[in-house]
Amino acid sequence: MRTLLQRNIRDRIMESLLVLSTIIVLLPLVIIIIHVVVNGISALNWEFFTEELGSPSRAIQGRPTGLVHTIIGTLVVDFMALIIAVPIGIGAGIMLSEYPDHKLNPTLRIMNDTLNGMPAILKGLLAFVLIVKPMGTFSGLAGGVALAFVMLPIIARTTESSLMAIPWSIREAGLAIGLPRWRVVLSTVMPAAKFGLVTGTLIAFARAAGEAAPLLFTSFGNNYLPNHWFGFILNPVDTLPQRLYSLAISPYTHWHSMGWAAAIVLLVFVILCFAAARFITRKKTT
Amino acid sequence: MNMFNMMTSRFQNFQILNMKTDKAPASVPQTGGVSQKAPSSSSTGKVRMQTHDLTVKYGTNIGVQNVSLPIYSNKVLALIGPSGCGKTTYLRALNRMHDLTRGATVTGKVILDGKNIYEPDANPVIIRRRIGMVFQKPTPFPTMSIYDNVVAGLKLVGIRKKSILDDVCERALKQAALFDEVKDRLRSPGAGLSGGQQQRLSIARALAVDPEVILMDEPTSSLDPQSTSRIEDLIQELKKHVTIVIVTHNMQQAARVSDQTAFFYVGNLVETGPTNTLFTNPKETRTEDYITGRFG
Repeated sequence: MRTLLQRNIRDRIMESLLVLSTIIVLLPLVIIIIHVVVNGISALNWEFFTEELGSPSRAIQGRPTGLVHTIIGTLVVDFMALIIAVPIGIGAGIMLSEYPDHKLNPTLRIMNDTLNGMPAILKGLLAFVLIVKPMGTFSGLAGGVALAFVMLPIIARTTESSLMAIPWSIREAGLAIGLPRWRVVLSTVMPAAKFGLVTGTLIAFARAAGEAAPLLFTSFGNNYLPNHWFGFILNPVDTLPQRLYSLAISPYTHWHSMGWAAAIVLLVFVILCFAAARFITRKKTT
Repeated sequence: MNMFNMMTSRFQNFQILNMKTDKAPASVPQTGGVSQKAPSSSSTGKVRMQTHDLTVKYGTNIGVQNVSLPIYSNKVLALIGPSGCGKTTYLRALNRMHDLTRGATVTGKVILDGKNIYEPDANPVIIRRRIGMVFQKPTPFPTMSIYDNVVAGLKLVGIRKKSILDDVCERALKQAALFDEVKDRLRSPGAGLSGGQQQRLSIARALAVDPEVILMDEPTSSLDPQSTSRIEDLIQELKKHVTIVIVTHNMQQAARVSDQTAFFYVGNLVETGPTNTLFTNPKETRTEDYITGRFG
């Protein structure tokens, strides 16, 4: 039998270990954020948000240059991905949660997990085969499809878990008043789970927004604004993660700091998505 | 009176029964017990539903087996028995609620209006519309208002006309003895009501689709004595229009509210008959042992 003092000491030790591991988890994030902000803040100016990138000579000669086409391109490609992935992902999630006895269910579960674990570059290849080859050109649409493949399994899984969190009794109550199965899911279970559904979608969105690999040979990248708005969908489009990469490996110092600035924008974008997700779930509990 | 009954121990069943029969002797038919093998003919009234050799299995485990039981029109049938005896399993078989239970298989027949509800061409949605159900825990739809909860069964299948929905809502809430308490806040969330009110809301929701039979699975087990008493009074009122099957753990409740009682034990129907006969003069020793509190 340990004395009370011994037990208190053990309690303190355990608590310190937990605090330590929390710090270890947070430290890399803090270092990255500080490093990115320190290196990139100087390149964040008005022109960064209003001008297109153009050729390297612009930066070298000190002419105005920026990443407005990249920021717009990122939003267009990510929202296209969202529009494709949300209905399909939520549909798959409903299937996983509400029809556990359906014969397609086990296959769907395995495929979904496989898709989730599949290297992102392969999702880019898939979109290349499905969209780029038939269209004969790289395009924002192809990038959207590639990112949709990133979002799909995440949305399906979070949909499943948030629907499963709704008590089974709600479904039975719906059935007991003579509602068909699909109506029960749509009108009683989904509204009850709506916070979970929105959170899952935002998390998937933030995750896909940070992906560069699937976009390499789908949206491809572009140094200029398109001549027409359709250009963001049907022509090669620039996106932040991919632009960050190409700026970083370029041989121009000015482009390097623009790369850091692109990283700031991307970080803020992603953090905002997660913060929104957190905010929505917090609202639910109060 | 009901509050005191709730507190009375199981050993005083007989006394309560006498109180009940003194009060309303006409409501309890004085006929002999209904035999399990040939239940169809009886002087207790018109048979609304009838099960024939109904067996429910969960995988290889037997929930209930070979239950043949008549359910009489405008009467209250109480299903009693110790925990795990299959009474809820039986109840849920009556409106095909097992369709969604993983691994559950139902054999035998449940006859409603001369047709087996387990026929391949029978539509479970229509069956559940005719045979409503109230659960152990109140289950208001969490995101819906009181009004929307009540009319959910109509609104969600396409009845949009406000005048119809308003009428149905008022009628159902009045039938469930809830209208006066909520008439000024029909648009507030159903989940904001007290437990007893939520349960009456669940009953109103079941009544809104105008069912012929209502199945109640321990509807008062999560409620306080006062709410319990209100719901028991309600059951007496409702049987004028509908047939009721109620599962209860509480034998005083069975004695108070039911006309017929069926005693289940380890998946079998042991005995069934008019409530007062079964309680005062049980044929089987197991029934007698249970209702006198020797086991269970």
